[in-house]
Formats: sequence, C-alpha cells, structure tokens
Amino acid sequence: MLRGVMRDRINGALRRVPAWPFYPLAALYPAWLFYRGLTGGLGVDPVKAMEHAMGEAALQLLVLGLAITPLRRFAGINLLKFRRALGLAAFFYVCVHLLVWLVLDVQIPAQIWADILKRPYITIGMAGFALLVPLAITSNNRSVRRLGPAGWRRLHRLTYAAAILGAVHFLMLVKGFQMEPILYLAAILALLGMRLAPKPQRKAA
Amino acid sequence: AGLVAMAGGARATTPEPDDWDVITQYNNYYEFGTGKDDPAEKAHRLTTEPWSVTIDGMVERPGAYGFDEIMQAMTMEERIYRFRCVEAWSMVVPWNGFELADLLDMAGVKEGAKYVAFETVLRPDEMPGVRFPVLDWPYVEGLRLDEAVHPLTIMATGIYDRPIPNQNGAPLRLVVPWKYGFKSIKSVVRITLTDTQPPTSWNTSNPREYGFYSNVNPEVDHPRWSQASERTIGGGFFAKRKPTLMFNGYESEVAALYEGMDLREHF
Repeated sequence: MLRGVMRDRINGALRRVPAWPFYPLAALYPAWLFYRGLTGGLGVDPVKAMEHAMGEAALQLLVLGLAITPLRRFAGINLLKFRRALGLAAFFYVCVHLLVWLVLDVQIPAQIWADILKRPYITIGMAGFALLVPLAITSNNRSVRRLGPAGWRRLHRLTYAAAILGAVHFLMLVKGFQMEPILYLAAILALLGMRLAPKPQRKAA
Repeated sequence: AGLVAMAGGARATTPEPDDWDVITQYNNYYEFGTGKDDPAEKAHRLTTEPWSVTIDGMVERPGAYGFDEIMQAMTMEERIYRFRCVEAWSMVVPWNGFELADLLDMAGVKEGAKYVAFETVLRPDEMPGVRFPVLDWPYVEGLRLDEAVHPLTIMATGIYDRPIPNQNGAPLRLVVPWKYGFKSIKSVVRITLTDTQPPTSWNTSNPREYGFYSNVNPEVDHPRWSQASERTIGGGFFAKRKPTLMFNGYESEVAALYEGMDLREHF
C-alpha cells in the first residue's frame, strides 16, 4: 500500500482527468495507422502491420483494464473511471483487427469460414471476440442498472476468459519459440492471480 | 545454363520483379529478430568479409572455400524467381548467382552421396536474435542431391546486380524457387554431402507443420496458413490475393523429381 499522502495526491490528480477524451483518441489510432499505411508509413506490407498493431493494442488495453482492480486493492490507486473506456477501446480494436483480417488479408469468404473452423488459433481468437460482444453491449450505465451491480460484475468476469483467449491466440500464431506472446499471457495470468489473494485488511479510521 | 536455357514455359511466365525496397525491407531472418523489419534494421552488424564456405562430408576435395575463390570460378547469371513464403505471402526477386551444381562440382561429389546439408553462420555477437531459443541455432537446411543439382537451384550473391544485402542472406545463400522460402537458407558457412537425410531447423522445431521437402503446393494445407492462395507483398492495402501455383509455377521443370511420391505424406 502506498503511503497515504502520496496516494491521496495521485488519486486527487486522477479525479481531475476526464475519461471522455480517451474515446476520440482511441478512435484516432486506427485512422492514423490507415493513413500511414496508404502513404507508405507502415512498410511494404501495411495489411499485416495494421492487423498486428490492432491486435497488440487490444491486448495491451485488456492488460491495462485487468490491472485496475489490483492497483486499487494493493496500491490504493483508483483508476476505476477509465475502465469502461479501456474496455470499449479494446473491443473496438479487436473489431478493426477482425475487419482488416476479413477484408484486406483473407479476402475470400469461403476461406474465412474454413479458417475459423479449421485453424485452432483463429477459432480461439474468434471465441475471444465473441465473449467481448456482450461486454461491449452492456458497457453503459443503463445496463449496470438493469443487471444490477452484482449481476453486471459477474457477466463482466468474461473479460478474464477473453483476455486469456487473446493471449493464447497470439501465442499460437507465432512461429518458433517467441517471448512476446508469453509475456502477455504471463501478465494476464499474474493480474488474474492477484485477485485470488486475500484482500488487505482496512485499518479502522 | 541460365534463364535463357530454362524451359519455355517458365520463361514465358517470368514475372515482373518487385522493387528493391520490397525485397530488402521485408525479411524473415530470425537470427536478427522475428519482426519483418528486424533484419533490415539489425543485419548491418554481420561482418561478411572475409567469408568462406566449408564443403565437407562425401566430397573429393573437402575444405574451406573462400568467397572470392568461389566467385572467380563460378559463372554468374541473373535469375528472376517467384519467392513464396510458407506464411502465404510472395514476391519476385531478380537474383544474381550461380548454380549450386557448379559449386558442388568444385568440391567433387563422391559416389554414394544422396543429400546436401547446409548451415547458416552463427555469431551471437552480431546476431541479436539468437539470444532467444526461437529455433535450435544454428539454422540448418537440407536438400536431396537431385534437388540440389537441379539447374533451377542456385546460390545467390546479389539482387539487382548489387551485392546481396545482409538481411537477404549475404554474402551467399541458397535459392530453391519451387520450395517455401525457409528452405532457401541464408549466409551459408557449411555445405555437407551425406548419404542420410539431414535434420532441418523448422522440421525439427515443428515436424507436424514443416516437412523435409516443403515444396510449394496449393493442395497440401499447412495447419495454420491455407496454401491455396497468397498475398503479394508491395501492393499496398488493396492488393488482391492470387492463387498459388503448383511448385510455385515451376511444375514443368521439377515435377519429375517427385514422380511416384505421395506429396501429402512427403510434404
């Protein structure tokens, strides 16, 4: 647990940072990538460059989203108000990742279905995407009210599975033994593992 | 021999070579990193002078052959070849080089040799990628002797009449145009003639996905990438996929090498 004064100062500063600018910024990133791809800035294979950049950004946002609860519990830093934006941006990037793959990479509809059914890394990636859909749909205050906080939280534990599936998807698609996907998977499992630790006792005021 | 002497069919379909930037900025050379741009960024650290190739095993004149010595003895020519990666992308490269058969003649292949094994240089000080066990270093490859002495099989030392850049396998590399790119081993330091099938890096790492032969074949699927079609590199966001050709378009020249073989079993 951080020392109280410092923690309060950080949380105080965070309270003054609005969450809304995150949405247009997150939307700008793929637009900027696409523009760079059109103008040669993504190298000679902009399709793969954009596909990979979107997939990795989605994984990074999911890792950040999963870090919010442990940060609050173990360091007392409260980033809760940014979590919805992180989750929705991650979902948006997964959608763009999927679109680039469907439209620009595979292109052939018959092959797309064959790929989804036949190739385990794609099956797993699609499963991760499918799990994110109900989470994106219910990432609004009305859904929280309708489902009730407990029900909403239970539903949104699907993030845990989606993040693991995303990292496994990455791990399965690289050739040979590579560190990067292992690090993502390790980070996700560590952040999930921290949730199993007993909650620190709050001292009485 | 050479392009002019190649079968009419292949010459008629000689494709337009890709730009220098496409060929030299998009490489798989895992000794310098697994990203496509890692080799172009990091391969300048590799010293390619002096260079020699040890030719040993079942040869009359085993020993270390200096790069200059080889270049003086060989007949250089241009070969414009389609290059097809197992990841289902492709490009067209105007190689400069000489036939591997001529190099093997220099050392004199002994009666009874059936396979040719190749090894890439391994220099941890100059190759940042080998710190990670992506593969079991050094990179090794192999061909059957009749594949190795086929007139389409060359050792390349240049692209567009310039010395081959380090990221493309300087100072000399194998090019076997009817096989997936990883068979065309880079920066060769050893060539060994044997009578047994040599181990090959990707086959050792994942025998289910990578066979010894690894001939380009649109009908034999790879577990992760469909081989039925390919993306051409350098066409931007909207390049259309095109169907993959049997033996990468060199069927009329090389199909006879595999007569009577089940290509699904020997993939």
